[in-house]
Amino acid sequence: MRLVIVDDYQKVSDWSARYIRRRILDFKPGPKRYFTLGLPTGSTPLGTYQRLIEFHKAGLLSFKYVKTFNMDEYVALPRDHPESYHSFMWNNFFKHIDINPENAHILDGNAPDLSKECEQYEKKITEAGGIELFVGGIGPDGHIAFNEPGSSLVSRTRLKTLAHDTIIANARFFGGDINKVPTQALTVGVGTVMDAREVMILITGAHKAYALHKAIENGINHMWTVSAFQQHPRTIFICDEDATLELKVKTVKYFKSLGYVHHKLIEDPVEESASFQKLNSSA
Amino acid sequence: MPKQESDSCLYQFHNCRILRDHDLVIDDLWVRDGKILDPEKLFYDEKRSADIQIDCEGNIICPGFIDVQINGAYGVDFSLNTDDVEEGVRKVAKGLLAHGVTSFCPTLVTSPVDVYHKVIPRIKKCNGSGEGAGILGLHLEGPFINREKKGAHEEQFIRAFPAGIQDVLQTYGCLDNAAIVTLAPELDNSKFVIEELCARGVHVSLGHSMADLIQGEEAVSHGACFITHLFNAMLPFHHRDPHLVGLLASQRIPIDKCIYYGLIADGIHTHPAALRIAHSIHPTGLVLVTDAISAMGLPTGVHHIGTQKISICGKRAVIAGTNTLCGSIATMNVCVKHLNKEANCGVVNSLEAATLHPASMLGITDSKGTLDFNTDADFLILNNNLDIEATYIAGEKVWDLTPLNECLNMEIIT
Repeated sequence: MRLVIVDDYQKVSDWSARYIRRRILDFKPGPKRYFTLGLPTGSTPLGTYQRLIEFHKAGLLSFKYVKTFNMDEYVALPRDHPESYHSFMWNNFFKHIDINPENAHILDGNAPDLSKECEQYEKKITEAGGIELFVGGIGPDGHIAFNEPGSSLVSRTRLKTLAHDTIIANARFFGGDINKVPTQALTVGVGTVMDAREVMILITGAHKAYALHKAIENGINHMWTVSAFQQHPRTIFICDEDATLELKVKTVKYFKSLGYVHHKLIEDPVEESASFQKLNSSA
Repeated sequence: MPKQESDSCLYQFHNCRILRDHDLVIDDLWVRDGKILDPEKLFYDEKRSADIQIDCEGNIICPGFIDVQINGAYGVDFSLNTDDVEEGVRKVAKGLLAHGVTSFCPTLVTSPVDVYHKVIPRIKKCNGSGEGAGILGLHLEGPFINREKKGAHEEQFIRAFPAGIQDVLQTYGCLDNAAIVTLAPELDNSKFVIEELCARGVHVSLGHSMADLIQGEEAVSHGACFITHLFNAMLPFHHRDPHLVGLLASQRIPIDKCIYYGLIADGIHTHPAALRIAHSIHPTGLVLVTDAISAMGLPTGVHHIGTQKISICGKRAVIAGTNTLCGSIATMNVCVKHLNKEANCGVVNSLEAATLHPASMLGITDSKGTLDFNTDADFLILNNNLDIEATYIAGEKVWDLTPLNECLNMEIIT
């Protein structure tokens, strides 16, 4: 497990976007070799998407040969509802990049047969060759996707009823009216994400600090579903200083001392770095 | 989900600012089969990408202009041109494309009955195309107006309607091609005539009138929705009876109804201060009209309107030998720029006065006057000075400033 600690939200966004870009470029995707990317929604990854869009607009990254699979979607919320994850992904990412619509996958929360929809989603992921890099965020209660506390750590894509505190937290997106918040969602399982070859979790803000502590400093626990990734061979937690507030000094110091190693992960090879410097100097 | 497939070419206009939801938003405009489409639906339902991308170089895209009062142009006068009616209309419709007008209401001033019977049936509503701007229906300005406020209309042809709608029908012959009738609400029976016209789908405008505010309010309560060239050919604003001008601030207009008013913002017919007053009081009702006459697009000299001679000098058009204004020679694009400059009301308000507002007045916003999804792809590309770079109707480019440029900006996606 890697824990990358940077100063603030902005730097988390930049680091994670650069890492995604590096992984896609190193993969050398092409017509017969698609890079499969798992994607989250929510406020945490917004900055990452914005940075990726900037890379794309600057000609530094193409999604032409990228397939995406989103983590989750509300059930029975109209697809064109501004709070649906379809709308989120369209407005904050897809409309700005060159991804082929055929390659952007999101669970259909309005499918006539929801369990069949989930089954087919798993199948589509398998057919795409599995997920190369799954990007996720976590809730203050340590949930990943809609795998609320108590979810099985080997769960697959399925229908979940949202926890009461998730519903309360989401009411702000539905005019503050708790009755308007969807109560169910389709979500990939913890097991689905565990199958990805690599997982990157974004954690920012003091309100996520306890969840980060539970995720990495305590044992694996299905009440903190993100802790399952302790057992994933390739997981990166990327967080800001605020999110480290509940960690041991020792933990923070250790991972911070690895900063130079982490930096290498997002560095461009010498021949490519010129274009990146150009982007940064113009920004 | 059933896919709504179409093999037609899908265009994506990008790198532009779009007039949408009362704002200029940075977004792309997606067009296919003559309609503006919701790209999110294309993405998720049809899984389609654009076939052709057009770089708009940061310019503005707004809906095509709508001119609901234009008497003619390029030497053609709709009221006088009774022999080759279609050819005359075609000539004007074509010429208007260069000024950003994608649909209009050819306007007939007070005319003899035989002119109505000859001309009205021959100017049919039609969609625009490369051949010219679309026709939304005629604007019949008169003959049921007040002699005291005849303006440039010929007094001998002015009529009343003692027998109500029967007189109207006999005079015009047929209302199928009419979109707007301008009448004076103080005429006897006006209330019945207004209701009958509205019932026939014709919009009633108040003008060439001596009406006081109460008469105006009654006319509105019976269905009138428009005021013809505000300030012109009506009694002026007075603080104890503001007359028709007072409709802009009337509290007797139902809350769900908007009274619209035409303004000739050519810098001649309406003083900039009057523009500012009208816009400040009732910005959402402002409809720019050119009230252009046959001399629009023609050089200085003597020309015809109705059966009279008019004289053009600079930006002014007057009845020869008098100081009576008889219509403007400004183009719609000039009016938009003039309003923007003089009322200092911002690009959005200026453009909406030539697009959204006339379309709302006519009740056609489901197809014209907006860039909303599923409306007609009639739109303009404007630079920051609001000069027109290109005019599109039903998604096809029907006019542009520099024919070569577009080819360079167009990228065909393979």
